[in-house]
This record gives sequence, structure tokens and C-alpha cells, in this order.
Amino acid sequence: MSAAQWRRAMNSGAGRNAWARPTGASAASPATVARAASAPPAGASVAFGEAIGAIKFRHVVVLLAVLIYPWVATPFFTYQIGGQALALGLIALSLTFLGGYGGMVSLAQMATAGVAGYMVAIFGIAGEAQGGASSLGWPWWIAVPIGIAFATLFATFVGWLSVRTEGIYTIMITLAIGVSFYYLVQQNYSIFGGHEGFNEVHAPIVLGVNFSHAIPYYYLALFWALAGYFFIKYLLRAPFGVALQGVRENARRMNALGFDVTAHRIAAYSIAGVLAGIGGVLMVWYNGRISPGTVGTGPMLDILIIAVLGGMRHPIGPFIGAILFVLVQNFAIDIIARERFNLVIGVVFLSIVLFSPDGLLGLWGYVRTRLQAGSVQLKLRGRNVG
Amino acid sequence: MRGTRIGWLGSAIGTALLAAAVSGPASAQDTIKIGALTNLEGPFAVPGLDGHRGVDLAVKLHNGMAGGKKIQILKYSSDATPDKAVAATRKAVEQDKVDIMIGPLSGDEGIAVKNYSKTHPEMVFVNGSSGAQATTLQDPSPNFYRFNTEGAQWMVGLGELALAKGYKKMWLVAEDYGFPYSQVQGFMASYCAKGGHVVKKAWVPLGTKDYSSIISGIPSDVDALLVVLGGADAVNFLNQAEQAGIDKPFIGGSITVDQTVLNYRGKKRESLLGTASAGPMADGIDTPAWKKFVADYKANFKDGFPSPSLFAYLYYINTQAVLLGLDAVNGDLSNKQEKLKAALAKLEFDGPAGHIKLDENRNAIGDTFITEVAKAPDGSFFNKVTHVVHDVSETLGLSKAEFQKMGLGNRDVPSCP
Repeated sequence: MSAAQWRRAMNSGAGRNAWARPTGASAASPATVARAASAPPAGASVAFGEAIGAIKFRHVVVLLAVLIYPWVATPFFTYQIGGQALALGLIALSLTFLGGYGGMVSLAQMATAGVAGYMVAIFGIAGEAQGGASSLGWPWWIAVPIGIAFATLFATFVGWLSVRTEGIYTIMITLAIGVSFYYLVQQNYSIFGGHEGFNEVHAPIVLGVNFSHAIPYYYLALFWALAGYFFIKYLLRAPFGVALQGVRENARRMNALGFDVTAHRIAAYSIAGVLAGIGGVLMVWYNGRISPGTVGTGPMLDILIIAVLGGMRHPIGPFIGAILFVLVQNFAIDIIARERFNLVIGVVFLSIVLFSPDGLLGLWGYVRTRLQAGSVQLKLRGRNVG
Repeated sequence: MRGTRIGWLGSAIGTALLAAAVSGPASAQDTIKIGALTNLEGPFAVPGLDGHRGVDLAVKLHNGMAGGKKIQILKYSSDATPDKAVAATRKAVEQDKVDIMIGPLSGDEGIAVKNYSKTHPEMVFVNGSSGAQATTLQDPSPNFYRFNTEGAQWMVGLGELALAKGYKKMWLVAEDYGFPYSQVQGFMASYCAKGGHVVKKAWVPLGTKDYSSIISGIPSDVDALLVVLGGADAVNFLNQAEQAGIDKPFIGGSITVDQTVLNYRGKKRESLLGTASAGPMADGIDTPAWKKFVADYKANFKDGFPSPSLFAYLYYINTQAVLLGLDAVNGDLSNKQEKLKAALAKLEFDGPAGHIKLDENRNAIGDTFITEVAKAPDGSFFNKVTHVVHDVSETLGLSKAEFQKMGLGNRDVPSCP
């Protein structure tokens, strides 16, 4: 299949079915998109109002649960399960945003996060390295914005390179960029520290709070995870997000309606770059170090696995996927013979994807639909996640 | 905003997490839990499995008891990345509440776990088989012990041997990461000091397959080549050097001329006879202690290697040290394991391959075996021990000040072109 054919296929029914929500008020049709986008201020305030109005009992429960969690859980569960899941979830959220709402599956999100992580190590404070690279030792409040800025630039560059491709070609080109970044940091000694990378890149101590400790780190990660989550929720309702979903549904029509498709897509990459960058900073602080292994092909695919496991239909998906992923990674070794624990990981992930193409969210939607089978109306609404 | 209904799922998982978090396993008083971290995935999965065999063998030969208490081994895995090594260690320490931790396997993992050990000063961490110099020479952790010697120590004595053989000028090829840096430093520290010259160093990425440009850069006037490559890299280099008609003698690193290389079937194989290398152990050690170790290994692991690998040996001596330490304090782990820490710091014992004691950074001072490739009566090749260097310190026989002046090995240190 040639690139042009593939593009046509993606623009026609096949592509739409791949990412589209069923029907209804999900702001998917270009007409709705155009209406929403032609009145930006109204659209934004409506979205905000709806967001406030939609707060329900269960949201309060979840919020309370995640806030109380570190006081009930052991430090291990707070840090290694909770903190890590939130950081990974934030990086996966950037992929969900790009893939689920922009229709662009980028495998370079871990590389983007890695750029931020490496910049924090290079500009900030890191331990002495045998490889010869040294960091500049600037304070965190300079290093972190630089890291996120570089990640955003990098993501914009990835977007600029890859937006003219679609489907599997986007996956291939972003995979290539991710792998190139891995080899760059692996083989560059003067800046990136080569194989050894950077040790002792610790979270800062701010106002007496040491953010490398379990509970402060958890709340830091939680804050940014919530910020990322609500930002994406808001953005999807804002004219830009609606237009982006229009681009996903049918780029040609959006073009005909006067939207700059390429610009929207690149902007989506930049926004995803900010999220992945924040996630990358959290990740380097979580590990307390960074080396090529952090951004290798394994972790790169982990982000895709997390996004797919959770489900790409809603911004909560990557966080749910990350919780499951981290739990399985940590505890599979206790379930089965120690030499074979990767089998458990594979079987769990495979069965979720096999039985529910929409990940855990899809599974949940299915269960709910079954439970509420009596009410036709609810049944219809139940499929309308997002 | 109907979609946030699935928030219920989040709360369900959150509740499940809470339930799991509050119930930790209780530890019995008469059992000591030891976590053993190696690699069961990634590039070192096979050596990692042999590392676990080393741990199991040490415990078994100690009758599963130490200091009057039962020893329980919990196994953990990493994939040779420091991130995974720390994650697995954290799970062992904070979730499974092991009393003592043994591991990890590779150098960069070792540095990461050493840094982590500082956050748990109340317990003892013992190295597995990692051999980075920085682990104990840069910012050492007071509760991280390494009863094996490291990469640079393994090469001590080889520089003198090269000079004795009349190799005044050498060229070297090595992989571009921490372990070969250390190995090259171990060789060059004495080689350079005693008048040898390494005219050029070729650093290649791990996993390099094509060495043609490297080989064509070998100067014609060097006397010998130092080859610090491992596994497939070594085989590829030797094959291509043979094809290119290189007829200089070789000197190998500690993992260059191992069984995988000796058993390859090139024409160059015969010319490997007499190739010198060095390491913390050798297949051909001719002492009763080593022969007993090999016999025990063979008897216990039918699916193991023909003889214990470097990794089995290193994990074995580190585990043995822990068990001997526990014996010395009668299994007393009270008061932040202070007694055990003191006992380990002054522990001296005879392992399968020589006497071992610790220096003030808690790194081993031990023996290095200089070997030469020889032909067994059945035609197979093996590493014959020609010379043993006793009590090799981490400063490579130099004074602390002299060593600090040189610094840790890297691409440019040491240098004597």
C-alpha cells in the first residue's frame, strides 16, 4: 500500500472507525466542530461551566481516595506504586491525547520525557560520572523550566517531521526518532554521559520539604497528574481540542472548512510535549538518575502499552493503565516461578487487549452496559465515554 | 462530562490498592530473609540465572542456616538497567521487608543500588557481581559491602606480564562503558608506570559487529593488542582480525577469553594458544577449595554450566560472606544490624579462589589470577593459571594519594601514548 493510498484509507471509513466514538454528542462531526470553533469564548466558558456542573459524588470519592492514599499506604506503595504510576500516567496521557484525540500514535513520547529528564540532569545538579559528562549545577528552578522547554521543542520538531504522515508511517517515524535518541544518549559522552548517564539527580528540597521522600513526591506527582488531567479535559472542550478531534475524524473536510490541519497537529505535539516533559522531570526525580536504559525501546513501548491498557477514549485511561502496569511489573514475580514472571506480564496485557480492544475503560463500559441493560437510554450514554 | 463516570473504576482500584498496602507479610523471628537480586531478563539473563545458582549453592553448603536461624532467600530480577535494579531492591526492602539484600549484577546497577542503600542505613547491602570502581571509590555508602574485587583489580599483574613478554608498545580495543574503562585502567596503571606505551585506544559501542575500520587503524609498529571485549563482540573482533591478516599477539580482558570465545571454530583459534588474560577466578585453578567448589556446583545444578561462571562465583562469595557474618553475630540483627555491620567489616575468609578481606571503603582485597590459554589433553582449550597476584587492593597497589591523582579509569585515563 502506498503512502497516498494509506492516507486515503485513513481519511475514509476505515480510519474513522479506528478512532471514532460511536455517534451522538461527542463533538465528532465536522459541523459541530465548526460551530464550536467559530465562537471561541462561548465555547470555552460553556466547557468550563459544564466541567463544574459535572462534578459528582464519585469524583469526590476518587479525589479523596488519592489524597488520603499515602497516609494509609506503606511508603513503598506510596512511592513505587503510586508515585511511579502517576509519573508514567502523565507521560502516557500525552500519548492518549495525541493518539486518542489527534489520531497520531507517537512512540517518541518517552524520548520527549527523556529529553526533559536529561536536561534536568545536565543543567541541574547530578553526581560525578565516570563517563566524563558533568552537569552545570544550576538550581532546579532554572533547570526544570529549561528541561520542559527543550522537551516541548523536541516534541514540536517530532511533530513537524511526522505530521505529514499517517497511521503506521507516523508510528514508524516516531519509533525511529525515539531509537535515534536512545543511541544518541548511549554514544555521546561529553554531554549525555554515555552508557552510565547521570547519577544522583535528586528532587529538590523546597521550604524544608524533601521531594525525594515518598509522601512529598507522591503529592508532587499527584498535583501534576491532576493538572495534566484537567488541562486535557478542558482542552478537549475548547475550540482547539474540538478542531483537533475534527482533524482526527476527517482531515480533508477540516481543511476545506478553513482549518490549518498541519498547524493543529503540530500544536497538539507541542502540548503533548509539555505533558511528557513534566512527566519526564517527575520520572528522573523518581529514579534519582537517568541513563539510556530509561529511554530505550522497552520503556518507549511501555508507554504505548500503558495507554492501550487503560484505554485511549478518556484522559483517565492512561492513569488506570499505569496503575495496572506498575502493579503487574512489581508483583508478577511473586505470582509464578521467579524465572518465568514475564509470562504473567505478557498474559495479563494480552488478555486485556484481546478481550477489550478499548482497554480497561472499554471493559468497564462493557460491564456497565450489561448491568444497566434495562435502560436503553443509559445504555447508549454508557458507550459515550468522554 | 458524562465520561468521568469511569472514575468509579479509579476508586475501585484505589480501594484495592489500599487493601493490598495495609497488609504486609509478617516475618518470623527465627528466619532471616535475604533478598537476592540478579538479572532474569535482558542481555544478562543467562549469567543472572547462574548468579542465583551461586546464592543457592552458598546457602545450601551452609545447611540453609546461619547464626542459628533459618535462611530464606527471596529472588528478584532486573534487566541490567539501573532503574529496574533500584525498583526491585526497593520492593525487596520496603515491601517484602528483607533483612539483608544481595545484588545487583552489573556495574551501573551497582552504583544505583549503592546510592539507594544510603536511604536505608539500618540494614546491610552486599554486592552481587557488579564491578564498577565508582561504587566504592566515589562517595561510598557505609552499609554497602563488596566482597568481590572489581574490574580494575582483575587486571593487576597483566601489565608486568606484557612487559616481561617484551611488548613495549600496544594498541587496545575495548567497549565504551564503565567496566572496560576499569579493566583498561587496571592494565595500564602498572604497564604505563613501568615504561610501556599504549599508542592508541579504540573505544567501540557495546554490540559492535563490524570492526573493519577499527582493524585497519592498528598501527604496524605495535608489539601486541589488548582486547577488552566480551562475548559476541570478542568473537567478531577475533574473526575479523584473522581475516584481515593481523598476526600480533593478544592480551585479553577478564571476560574476553572465556569459554564462549575459546570454543569458537575459526582458524585463529590455534593462535589463541598462549594468550594471556587475568581475572578473579579461572577454570584451571588447581587448589582443593576451588575443585570442591566446582564439584559442589556440578552436583547441585544438573542444568548449569560445565563449570561455575564468573557470576556464580561472585554471587557465591558475597553470599558466603553474609552467612559467615551472621554466624559471627549469632544472627543478631538488633540495633540497626550494628553487630553484623561491624562483623562484616572485619570479616576475613578463604573463598573458593583465595583469601578475601575488606578495605576501609568495604571493597574486597583479594587474589587475581593471571592465566594463559592452554590445550587440554582432550583437545579443548582452557585458561591455565600461570601466576597469582595476592592481596590486590582497589587502588591497584598504589598509595591512596597516587591513585587519586590518576583518578578513576575512563576513555582518557590513564594515558601513555
